[in-house]
Amino acid sequence: MAKLFAVVIVLIAIGSAIPIIMNTWPLPQDISVHGHLIDEQYADTMLETGVAFLSSQFLLAFFIWKFSQSKPTDKIKRFPGGAAGLVTAAFLLVGTEVLALGIFGAKAWGDVYLTPPAPNALQVQVQAGQFAFYFRYPGPDGKFGPLHPSQINEANANFFGLDTTNDQDSKDDIVTAEMAIPVNREVHLLMHSKDLGHSFYVPELRIQQDFVPGLDLSVHFTATKVGRYEIVCTQLCGLGHYNMKAYLEVKSPEDYDAWIKQQAALQ
Amino acid sequence: MHDMSQPAVQHGAPTSFMGKHIFSLDHKVIGKQYYALALVAAVIGMVLSWLMRLHLGWANLAIPGLHLLSPGGAPGNVMTPEYYLQLMTMHGTIMVFFVLTTAPFAAFGNFFLPIQTGAEDMPFPHFNMMSFWVTFVAFLVMVASFFVPDAPTLGGWTQYAPLSAVGAVAGPGQGMGVVLWAASIGIFCIGQLLGSLNFITTTLDMRCKGMSLMRLPLSAWAWFITAIMALTAFAVLMPACILLILDHVAGTSFFAPSGMVINDQVLPHSGGSTLLWQHLFWFFGHPEVYIAIIPGMGIVSHILVTNMRRPMLSHRVIIYSMGSLAVLSYMVYGHHMFVSGMNPISSLAFSFPTLVITIPSAIIVLIWLGSLYGSKLRINSASLFALGFISMFISGGVSGFFLAQPSLDIMLHATYFVVGHFHLVMAVAAMFGIFAGTYFWFPKMTGRMMNEGLGKAHFILSFIGAYCIFMPFHYLGIAGNVRRYQAFTDDYLIPLIPVHKFITVAAILTGFAQLIFVYNLIYSRFKGVSATDNPWQGTSLEWSTATPPPHNNFGDHMPVVYHDPYQYSVEGASADFIMQTSPEKISSPDEEK
Repeated sequence: MAKLFAVVIVLIAIGSAIPIIMNTWPLPQDISVHGHLIDEQYADTMLETGVAFLSSQFLLAFFIWKFSQSKPTDKIKRFPGGAAGLVTAAFLLVGTEVLALGIFGAKAWGDVYLTPPAPNALQVQVQAGQFAFYFRYPGPDGKFGPLHPSQINEANANFFGLDTTNDQDSKDDIVTAEMAIPVNREVHLLMHSKDLGHSFYVPELRIQQDFVPGLDLSVHFTATKVGRYEIVCTQLCGLGHYNMKAYLEVKSPEDYDAWIKQQAALQ
Repeated sequence: MHDMSQPAVQHGAPTSFMGKHIFSLDHKVIGKQYYALALVAAVIGMVLSWLMRLHLGWANLAIPGLHLLSPGGAPGNVMTPEYYLQLMTMHGTIMVFFVLTTAPFAAFGNFFLPIQTGAEDMPFPHFNMMSFWVTFVAFLVMVASFFVPDAPTLGGWTQYAPLSAVGAVAGPGQGMGVVLWAASIGIFCIGQLLGSLNFITTTLDMRCKGMSLMRLPLSAWAWFITAIMALTAFAVLMPACILLILDHVAGTSFFAPSGMVINDQVLPHSGGSTLLWQHLFWFFGHPEVYIAIIPGMGIVSHILVTNMRRPMLSHRVIIYSMGSLAVLSYMVYGHHMFVSGMNPISSLAFSFPTLVITIPSAIIVLIWLGSLYGSKLRINSASLFALGFISMFISGGVSGFFLAQPSLDIMLHATYFVVGHFHLVMAVAAMFGIFAGTYFWFPKMTGRMMNEGLGKAHFILSFIGAYCIFMPFHYLGIAGNVRRYQAFTDDYLIPLIPVHKFITVAAILTGFAQLIFVYNLIYSRFKGVSATDNPWQGTSLEWSTATPPPHNNFGDHMPVVYHDPYQYSVEGASADFIMQTSPEKISSPDEEK
């Protein structure tokens, strides 16, 4: 039984590692400027934890195989270095790993969340509500009009609660159900929840951020590849959570200009 | 330490059926009651997971009989989206609270902590009885919510506000369902507070003569540390639940801010904070992870030592590491909130202790491995599950490195990677701890041995099965598979559905393998071979008393302790183990000071 168990441990450890090594289910493609920092951090972490995982499982299997064969007359052997050696090893090995991952990881995090957006970044507002995203562009005046929650009316397609009669800044705001952005231009995404908690997750953009009612948050990113990607909600928001999604269209600057003009005409 | 000349516990052996088996003051009966409750809860939780997995693999599958459980939730036996979320919420809640907290901590701790400390009972037996019955009421309230209109809740075991705070307007189950959930958990907290007071006092004040703190077995240390954590963690969750209920029934807005609009109506809330709930919940929630796993560490250490026929390389290092885990667990909770909108600098502040907490975890694993080296390892059902615990804890632990880093959490947060991580490191590992404890202590608890052949079959099937279920979760998460979806309609998720089907088949087969355990448990209880007082040649106090132990645990003679807990393979000794109560004189080189 001990030998069977040891073999099973080894097979499971190798079997678990194969899909990672073969990249059977890879990270989604990266289409962001900052994404490589995350992906490099991910690769480093995978390497370090992979070595730790395999070596400790193999060691466990080997010790089970070998020491379950001990005879009652055998003497107990002491692990070389004893507990002090192992504690030192844990501090040195894991401590170094922790420091390295912590420092480099902090840099990657800082590049995403602790740097301000460029002043000329394209501002887009996204509103999350059960169970849809809506997007707002400020129009030619470059200003978003104020929101009036009491004026939200889904039947009239006033998803944001804009008062286009009285608020000058709202008159040229462009509201869409799809998000389009120009490629290689930084986007400053202003996040607003209409009702409950939601999240904005585009795996290809390496961006995930919750919407928090009562708290207006923002993220900024630059997409580097033209294409159509899914925006999905990752914060449980009710029965339609699984189906709460929108599309992100990353367009060439010319296509984006044509699209925004077309959307403006539709308002 | 308790003055042994005075009787500490005032209750005599009960004579009536009610006093003996139902409203018992005896910690051993209460421990068994907790175990039975956890077993029932585990069966319910596992059936719920089967239903969820079937739905995730085949979203339109009709599950025969499901409409009987909920005509509205499963019309034509096909699960609705909201019913999936309701079952998911109940699976998580029942498993975390009523299985992973009750079985390793309240059940085994109740039965064995007083015996391992050399006490005749816990110091507050009435509190102890209340602890169980309050927990039982909490369980009834939680299960009742299956049968109440607008219940159970669909908000997940974390019950994030404001989904949980604004009432039925947020969706099915969010009215009465949340109130019942919060009431149940609030009541559960009271039960655990009463229990942990008893655990702490037993350890500090009820130890028998000669039982210094360092002479306590590692399992007793684990329960003691866990009790301190439970006292401080459940004391935070209980008021959070009370505030959540007030948001529903008293018109308050603790967790709901102003300006929320549902169905074109502005909700009548103002001044609340949704992040406040997350802070309160996770201040409880992360220590809770360790409340579930530290007893397992103690139980596994205790069982391994007995079956390795040697003490740990260092008894103290294990104790200090478990203590470090407990302290650090309060400083890491923010890693659940990296993308919550919390200040990004706070994320870094929570990330560092989260990475650091891997050091005491790694130390414990290395001490286990180092102690296996050169041991005389005995293979039996208990030691197999203990060794399986180590394998699971390693596998679940290494994925923690990813989730400890906010920059990687951007990708992996709320995906199946997280589900795989916590199931391996906390749920499966803790379950293995429970199984190990059961195979090991069943003889002492019932007077009969469990069947070893069935136990080994149960182990190998569970070990392979658990990996087949939970390792692929990590791959799904890496590919961006979001959790808490009842169906996968996104273009990039559809190719992952075959992986879900594989997991579903593995989950059902592994679940059926648990029937071997249930059969073994019931059969052995009535027909098992009679157990001797010390079937594993153990050294700690539970093995020096009768099987099963008498009402006051030690009969006429209260024990006196002469040794460290694990005197195995001592050179020059008369046998390969020396019990704590043996007056045999030895020079003990085992403990590395």
